Amino acid sequence: MGWLDRFTGGRKPPDPTDLWKKCPKCSEILLQKDLERNLFLCGKCDHHLRMPVWDRIALLTDDNSFLEIDQEMESVDPLGFVDSAPYPERLQKAIQATDSFEAVTCGEARLDGRPILLAVMNFEFMGGSMGSVVGEKVTRLLERGLDKRFPVICVSASGGARMQEGIFSLMQMAKTAAAIARLNAAAVPYISILTDPTTGGVSASFASLGDVNIAEPDALIGFAGPRVIEQTIRQKLPEGFQKAEFLLQHGMVDMVVHRRQLKATVGRLLQLWA
Amino acid sequence: MTREFDFERPIVELEKRLHDLQTLSEDGQIDLSREIKAIADKIALMKAEIFKSLEPWQYAQVARHIDRPFTLDYVKILCGDSFVELHGDRYFGDDPAMVAGFGRIGPHAVAIIGHQKGHDTDENLFRNFGMPHPEGYRKAMRIMRLAERFKKPVVVFIDTPGAFPGIGAEERGQSEAIARNLADMSRLAVPILCFVIGEGGSGGALAVGIGDRVFMLEYSIYSVISAEGCAAILWKDASRAKDAARALRLRASDLLEFGIIDQILPEPLGGAHRDPAATAATIKAVILEHLAALLPLSPEELLARRYAKFRAMGRYKVQDDAETPAKN
Repeated sequence: MGWLDRFTGGRKPPDPTDLWKKCPKCSEILLQKDLERNLFLCGKCDHHLRMPVWDRIALLTDDNSFLEIDQEMESVDPLGFVDSAPYPERLQKAIQATDSFEAVTCGEARLDGRPILLAVMNFEFMGGSMGSVVGEKVTRLLERGLDKRFPVICVSASGGARMQEGIFSLMQMAKTAAAIARLNAAAVPYISILTDPTTGGVSASFASLGDVNIAEPDALIGFAGPRVIEQTIRQKLPEGFQKAEFLLQHGMVDMVVHRRQLKATVGRLLQLWA
Repeated sequence: MTREFDFERPIVELEKRLHDLQTLSEDGQIDLSREIKAIADKIALMKAEIFKSLEPWQYAQVARHIDRPFTLDYVKILCGDSFVELHGDRYFGDDPAMVAGFGRIGPHAVAIIGHQKGHDTDENLFRNFGMPHPEGYRKAMRIMRLAERFKKPVVVFIDTPGAFPGIGAEERGQSEAIARNLADMSRLAVPILCFVIGEGGSGGALAVGIGDRVFMLEYSIYSVISAEGCAAILWKDASRAKDAARALRLRASDLLEFGIIDQILPEPLGGAHRDPAATAATIKAVILEHLAALLPLSPEELLARRYAKFRAMGRYKVQDDAETPAKN
């Protein structure tokens, strides 16, 4: 069975709850088709909801310029990992639910006419967790950037390393960071865009290593998740802790940029560095 | 007297009987030497048997034993009085959970970096149980930069439950500190030897773990998440840590099989804490052997090999191909 059949086969009819979403900030009921038209911003409070991968790609690239690479790369089960369900089962479920093979989509595209390389993570795919495939695809993209001297842009959304791949997941942090170090040495720009949420092993590797780190408003960004911290220190966390604006205040991101200005901001930087 | 593990209890009973017999034999006229020898043999046999068949979860217990030698214990044996500890990251403060400095091991002057745990509660509170804040990682990087400038190799001891999850750690950029070390260590132009001596706890361990060689002591562990943390998330029940420890494949033998580490260093029977000097001697021999191999390499060659080493880590498949490890 080819990979395409696995995408198209066994599709279920749309669930009626797919037609609307509730804004996590102001609880406004938002129609899916309005969200799609409005860049997944809440029509009432302007909250930045999580944006599907292909909408994100459309947001950041010139029309029809995106060419996906390494799309056929798939995870394996190196540990034979079973918790309440075997890992391969969880993977199959995620593949069917998201119509993609893994938690990151990579490709070559243009931004304001300039060639770029873009990686976009998908939080819906097992919490955007980084296993061997995510690490490998991001590393290949960074190496391609080095090779072609194209700027690399990475949009992260991830809970961190993928536990089911154990130590292999951890080592993806080393792999991606090393590839960025090579880009830095060759003076090829690397821009990290941090979206809600970016934590754990992704935050502690390529997402924090941008020449410029850009965060979306109100995005949760941190090393440890807020629940882990609360359980460790046994105290309530301050309001706004680990939000994009908190990181800006503490010097960890260069700017917090509204989704509508994201492409223009990246474009301006790339033009200044060209 | 070291504190024993639950699984060592049968041995402890026998050791008590052995002790009683020895006292009796010293006091009285009865010759018990045959009985004593029989029990001593049985103890040795049982010990070997028990430690041969430890569960992954029990490995984690040995790896975390409070009497296990920590970084400064090894430094004392390996460097003696030559060790000079250095402090502070020059930005915020000094982190006692991470120690760093220079010392002499055999003929080599080296930089030494290591997580530091405590052997009792007071010391553990001071050392924050070996869980560094960002300033710990930044101090480590500062000392590694010095090592690079003075062309001295770096020896790293890894032993942490993980990077500390706290408010200050987040405010000062725990993520950035770890990520920066990963990137910078990958291009540090001197040899780096890493030794996992106890707990290799996730990103907090890896942040000083980018070595040209990575070794693990026999009963140390190295994992993407603690067994307890994994159980709490995936089983929604921290008491399933035993199952998680098994599933995570966190023993040295697992990591060697996966090609993540270079070599397992054997420990004395019963664990490194039964004979720290012997364990240190094993480590020293490995340091001397591998520095001899790495020091002649040009910086370019060294860095190319280090990049290739970590580049190759990962398992995936492409379309209908068989499972393949990453290619360089």
